[in-house]
Amino acid sequence: MLNDFFILMKFELLPAVIFFVLLFIKVGTAELSNASIIRLANILLFINLVAGFFYNKDGGMFGDMFHTNALIVLQKSILNLGIFIVSLQAEAWLRTHKHVIEFYLLLLSSLMGMFFMISGANLLMFYLGLELATIPLAALANFDLEKRKSSEAAMKLIMSSAFSSGLLLFGISLMYGTTGTLGFAQLPALLNGSNLQVFAFVLLFAGFAFKISVVPFHLWTADVYEGAPVPVTSFLSVVSKGAFIFVFASVLYTVFKPLADTWYHMLFLLSVLTMVIGNLFALRQQNIKRMLAFSSIAQMGFILIGISGSSQAGTASAVYFVLVYVFTNLAAFGVVALVSAQTGKEDITDYKGFHATNPVLAWVLAIALFSLAGVPPTAGFFGKFFLIMAGAAKQNYWLITIAALNMIVSLYYYLNLVKALFMDANASPVPKITFGVYAKLAIVICIAGMVLSGLASVVYEYIYNLSTGF
Amino acid sequence: MNNIAYLVPLFPLLGFLINGLFRKSLSKGTIGIIGCGTILLSFIVSLILFFDVKANGGVVVNYFNFIDVASFQIPFAFQIDQLSVIFLLIITGIGFLIHLYSTSYMHDESSEHFGRYFAYLNLFVFSMLLLIMGANYVIMFIGWEGVGLCSYLLIGYWFKNINYTNAAKKAFVMNRIGDLGFLLAVFWLLSKLGTANYVDVFEQASTGLSSTDVTAITLLLFVGAMGKSAQIPLYTWLPDAMAGPTPVSALIHAATMVTAGIYMIARSNVLYSLSPLTQDVVAVIGLATAILSATIALFQNDIKKVLAYSTVSQLGFMFLALGVGAYTTGVFHVMTHAFFKALMFLGAGSVIHAMGGEQDITKMGGLVKKLPITAWTFVIGVLAISGFPFTSGFVSKDEILLAVLAHSPVLFWFAVFAAILTAAYMFRLMMLVFFGGFRGTHEQEHHLHESPSAMTIPLIILGVLSLIGGFVQLPHVFGGEDFFNQFLAPIVPAVTHEGAEAATLEYYLLGGTIVILVIVYVVTKKLFAVDRFDGVYTGFKKVLADKWYIDELYNAVIVNPLDKLAGFLKNVVEKSGIDGIVNGVGKFVNYASRQLRLLQSGQVGNYILFMVLSIAVLFLVFWNQEIIVQFLQKIF
Repeated sequence: MLNDFFILMKFELLPAVIFFVLLFIKVGTAELSNASIIRLANILLFINLVAGFFYNKDGGMFGDMFHTNALIVLQKSILNLGIFIVSLQAEAWLRTHKHVIEFYLLLLSSLMGMFFMISGANLLMFYLGLELATIPLAALANFDLEKRKSSEAAMKLIMSSAFSSGLLLFGISLMYGTTGTLGFAQLPALLNGSNLQVFAFVLLFAGFAFKISVVPFHLWTADVYEGAPVPVTSFLSVVSKGAFIFVFASVLYTVFKPLADTWYHMLFLLSVLTMVIGNLFALRQQNIKRMLAFSSIAQMGFILIGISGSSQAGTASAVYFVLVYVFTNLAAFGVVALVSAQTGKEDITDYKGFHATNPVLAWVLAIALFSLAGVPPTAGFFGKFFLIMAGAAKQNYWLITIAALNMIVSLYYYLNLVKALFMDANASPVPKITFGVYAKLAIVICIAGMVLSGLASVVYEYIYNLSTGF
Repeated sequence: MNNIAYLVPLFPLLGFLINGLFRKSLSKGTIGIIGCGTILLSFIVSLILFFDVKANGGVVVNYFNFIDVASFQIPFAFQIDQLSVIFLLIITGIGFLIHLYSTSYMHDESSEHFGRYFAYLNLFVFSMLLLIMGANYVIMFIGWEGVGLCSYLLIGYWFKNINYTNAAKKAFVMNRIGDLGFLLAVFWLLSKLGTANYVDVFEQASTGLSSTDVTAITLLLFVGAMGKSAQIPLYTWLPDAMAGPTPVSALIHAATMVTAGIYMIARSNVLYSLSPLTQDVVAVIGLATAILSATIALFQNDIKKVLAYSTVSQLGFMFLALGVGAYTTGVFHVMTHAFFKALMFLGAGSVIHAMGGEQDITKMGGLVKKLPITAWTFVIGVLAISGFPFTSGFVSKDEILLAVLAHSPVLFWFAVFAAILTAAYMFRLMMLVFFGGFRGTHEQEHHLHESPSAMTIPLIILGVLSLIGGFVQLPHVFGGEDFFNQFLAPIVPAVTHEGAEAATLEYYLLGGTIVILVIVYVVTKKLFAVDRFDGVYTGFKKVLADKWYIDELYNAVIVNPLDKLAGFLKNVVEKSGIDGIVNGVGKFVNYASRQLRLLQSGQVGNYILFMVLSIAVLFLVFWNQEIIVQFLQKIF
């Protein structure tokens, strides 16, 4: 029994252990340098990542409040990988920061919250995990302590998060009111599509939509992404979003299966809105972080298409896309973070002639942009391909056509940046960026991931076999 | 033994890859050895296959499924039978001689371009072998396109000369027009029979295809043959194709590629025999081409142009034979023509080589003294093509004439006329180049020399073949064994001319030929074996010298209107129409995004208000989902 406890909750326990190790260092007397703290934290996160692959087991605990299975393990490992890369990339920024340990403490609490949320088999458990995942994020957004914009971002995040939590909680209580249960296993049988249930579902749906920045619940995204420190932005856009997508897909497929007709049309409507508006906004952005923020909104629209397929391929393609997105978006944000940390430049025009001074970084960013745009043979192409394939199974070709047109629009702003990197002349380009071993490692992981997860078909097949259908 | 069939195309492919990839690092000697050696190996394998087929008959060798979709399969298979082995021997045998000749002819090229030349040449042989060996129309089409590509690459080999690249483009485009016909025919076959395998198609042709189908398919296939084998109206590319190096003209534009159309029709003889209409079309177009190009050849002053028009004319003869149902005769003429036309092209190359690149025959004359081997082998070629008794050309051409006579006396007399023209332009060429006095500059005269042995050995071998190559199909009346027709009999039903009547006709033809050749000899010797020749023509001769103005006609009727249409589409439709739409969409997207930006005010209060409104809308929309479903279905 105890053995089961450790194995089933391994993913949640490991961050807790690391959390306490770091906390003891903080309160202890030993004065460690930033460099050694970062080294220690990264080693621990690496161990955390590797440990996730061994001794896994399916099962449930706490009277069906908590459950885990092979797909959930994979999802958590993807998040572990994401946080490891984020931590590697944060090194350039944290090196001189006064509160390194706090950064990691907040990051780990948030991660733990996500894991509980993913493993939650009860709306209450899910809600607790979600709150634990969200609240540290607001503190993290404020982590550039001297910058006004950072504080502004934190305020906006916490206020709108609080609002969305309110929505979720309201939805959950209405759900409980109509069904008398919060358990995932019991709910489907009790859902009958009454107006009150639909209303509760809309509230829950809106809460999720807020978390994964689906239009029209996306408005906070750009402001927060722009103001927050770049590593936090990349954590928000990749790890946090990924966690919510995992939960969203599985909740829709299992708990709200009886309302499939409703949410299919909702997904259809919101995915179109999200792709179109995300792209239209991205077109006009001058700040590279805002541009990436809106592009990530547009990407969410594509994920909704895959989820709308309501099939095994729907789950598999969404999970696969998140994996690809971890590599791709972190590659892009990694370069942006380096440039931002060393020069403070964040405008697209600043990137003109970037290739002349920083050929390696320019290529990394270009490959990431191609992958975001879905250009073969990068993994981004396969990610979008599988999403659209999953969506096409519903034979809703209008949705597919709109998605294809949106990919063309998105090419414009991605290629515009590539053009700036390689072709535009600039009298004073970004100076030569120096990057250490952490950033190098992050870049190698991202590039290898972008190439391999696309070309190695076993990756998708593996995910597909773990996924469950409708 | 048939399991080694794949080696035949494999060797040239390897040669192509090696020479193509490593042309910058290999020496010319190595490139030459690889280029020639691979073809020689192919020739040896072809010989083995030949004796195997002779002993055991033909087979189809399946390798893998090239296309495999549901119930529809296109196997990658080779058909090794009597018809294909003959072509294999012609292609690899003559191909080897021409490769050997090229090592010397192209020796002034830089090593890299030398390698490019042999890579193309090997690729050509590979494609041609695929065309011949394929056991269905799809594999044939791969080869068919491949040879077209190589022809294009080799015509434009000296790509710095804009005229040469234009000639290459012309050849490619003309061929593509024909290829379209070929493709349509294959599609038609696939849609009616569901298979493109020769064996299945010919077995099911009489039952599975209506007579309309057969006629349409055969006519479309013939359109393909028109392009590839330069028949009216798609023949004008072949004379221009002489822009390529002379050995290329010999190999591709005389001996092998241009006979692909004949091979294809001979292969499809079952289909053609089912459609008398198509057969008549083939015969008439073949004969018309033979006469038209022979008249043009009479007044050309470029040594290669004369040979080019002569090739077109001889191809016309072959189609004439096919059209009257004498398929074996057509194939036989392919073989003999390959001997003597390759011989004459290589001879012309030797002359051009000696004259320092000069191709104008008005500036030559009397070369027999300085280039004896070239000259006398060329004379053999001229005699063979003119049908001098017991040369290879005599046997094949007489057989064509007899087959035509059996079919239609009217066509026969036209064919005789074309044959007389053939003798006339060939003797004229021979007299102008090799006899009379030298008309070029002193410098050219000083440089005249016989070519090296790598060039003369192929000439001699081809000369011998041109002389005795006909004996495999010597008429019975002269003690022949009819070997060729009997060998092909399992694939192509032979038309035999037996009995006393045929014997009498043979003697008439023999006598007539001798009389005509003597007259032609006397007249041309007087007119053209001269010390001065200006080569300027007036009146009707000028019309012929200017090729009946066919090129100008095509330009006026097809090329210029197309150009104008393209200009209209580019300047009017694209600029104001399509560009306008595209730019309009871009402007609209820009505008929309500018307006939407107002939403993003930066005020959290506004954001939350907007979210609340959105939730209200979502709830209203999904409150009664029947309504929205119906609404969505109405829109989309």
